[in-house]
Amino acid sequence: MGSHVFRPLWVAIAVIILIFVVRYFMVPSDFGIQERGFTYGFHRKSDESEWAGIKAKYKGRDYCKSCHAEKYRSIMNSKHRIIQCENCHGPALNHPVNPPKLVIDRKRALCLRCHTYLPYPGSQRSRIEGIDPAKHNPGISCVECHNPHKPDLELAK
Amino acid sequence: MKNTDTRREFLKTALKSMVVSSMTIGSIFTFLSPEEARAAVKNVRWGFLVDTNKCVGCGLCVKACKLENDVPYSDPITRTWVERYVVLNNGRLLIDSPNGGRDGYTSEVTTTRLVQESNLSAVATKFTTSTAITNKITPDEIANAFFVPKLCNQCDKPPCVQVCPVGATYQMENGIVLVDRSWCIGCGYCIQACPYGARFFNPVLHTAEKCTFCYHRLVKKMQPACVEACPFGARKIGNLMDPSDPVRKIILSEKVGVLKPAYGTKPQAFYIGLGKNVR
Repeated sequence: MGSHVFRPLWVAIAVIILIFVVRYFMVPSDFGIQERGFTYGFHRKSDESEWAGIKAKYKGRDYCKSCHAEKYRSIMNSKHRIIQCENCHGPALNHPVNPPKLVIDRKRALCLRCHTYLPYPGSQRSRIEGIDPAKHNPGISCVECHNPHKPDLELAK
Repeated sequence: MKNTDTRREFLKTALKSMVVSSMTIGSIFTFLSPEEARAAVKNVRWGFLVDTNKCVGCGLCVKACKLENDVPYSDPITRTWVERYVVLNNGRLLIDSPNGGRDGYTSEVTTTRLVQESNLSAVATKFTTSTAITNKITPDEIANAFFVPKLCNQCDKPPCVQVCPVGATYQMENGIVLVDRSWCIGCGYCIQACPYGARFFNPVLHTAEKCTFCYHRLVKKMQPACVEACPFGARKIGNLMDPSDPVRKIILSEKVGVLKPAYGTKPQAFYIGLGKNVR
């Protein structure tokens, strides 16, 4: 056979070798078939620990309790005990270091998430004490009259 | 050659081949001690339980999820969302999910905030806001109304993982499907493959994005942000492999449904009180 056969063959082989060399340097060593098999588990193993290492922003009310015991007690004695602190006070992040002060959401819209009356039979929503936002003191912030930590007692701030 | 010789030869050969083949099989399978066998069975499989009877559509789960996971807050994308289903007396079905329910449901379904008609899929209704209808809905027209929180089902047979051309999305042994953000090329195949519309494109990172059951919180023995934020206990997570897990007990003993079972994806988010109109 003449060189017109071998010359392109050498080129093809060289390209294949190049691909393997590039692959060797590009693909991380922990890339491969893991526990879930080839179809569902083909991945870079170290990515799992990268996801696991992400810091949690919402810390939960037990974290708040350690410093704000008084506030914790007041909310736990009210109907609002089912609501986590951070739902209104915002995620703790690294509070008290960063941010040193959390911004409380005092907007009407926050209360209206649950307390807008919706006439839905069969839904728990219609059983929550609700208002018509267009008629019940429109434009005024709810916390002007209602204390979220003591929602039962009107005007008791 | 006599017949007996043939029979003897045959039995000899048969015995030899049996011994050889049993040795071969024995070298393939290994005997495990009870400890080894117990260690080989996976002991964590995360599953989700949604009680649609308890959900009131406050949307605090969506808010908490977006803030916890750095999902751009004002963009119409979210890892979990809440859909509202309003069934009218005349059989009409109205489905909406403004902003994925991020700000809760603070108005009735009216002319200004109406949505989709019954023949469209719920996935298509995610983030749709207005298809005005001519008549305002009055309370006595409503036969039933309920809210359905949705999130990634962490399917046992995830179609989104199968279609990834680069191995950037994968399922861990505990069932959670993750996206390798440094490996994802942003082709969007997985977003199209998910029958639940649970995936989306992250406009900041330019990668595919999805609910992780807050894996970073689970490893710290914390609950997912949405589970913790829900005031009504409508969202729960549990280890389906743990016999003492309350979520597992409910799934095994009560009537629970999954979304789109016909797709064969084996979704692992279970729903209590799933309406027949929910897709």
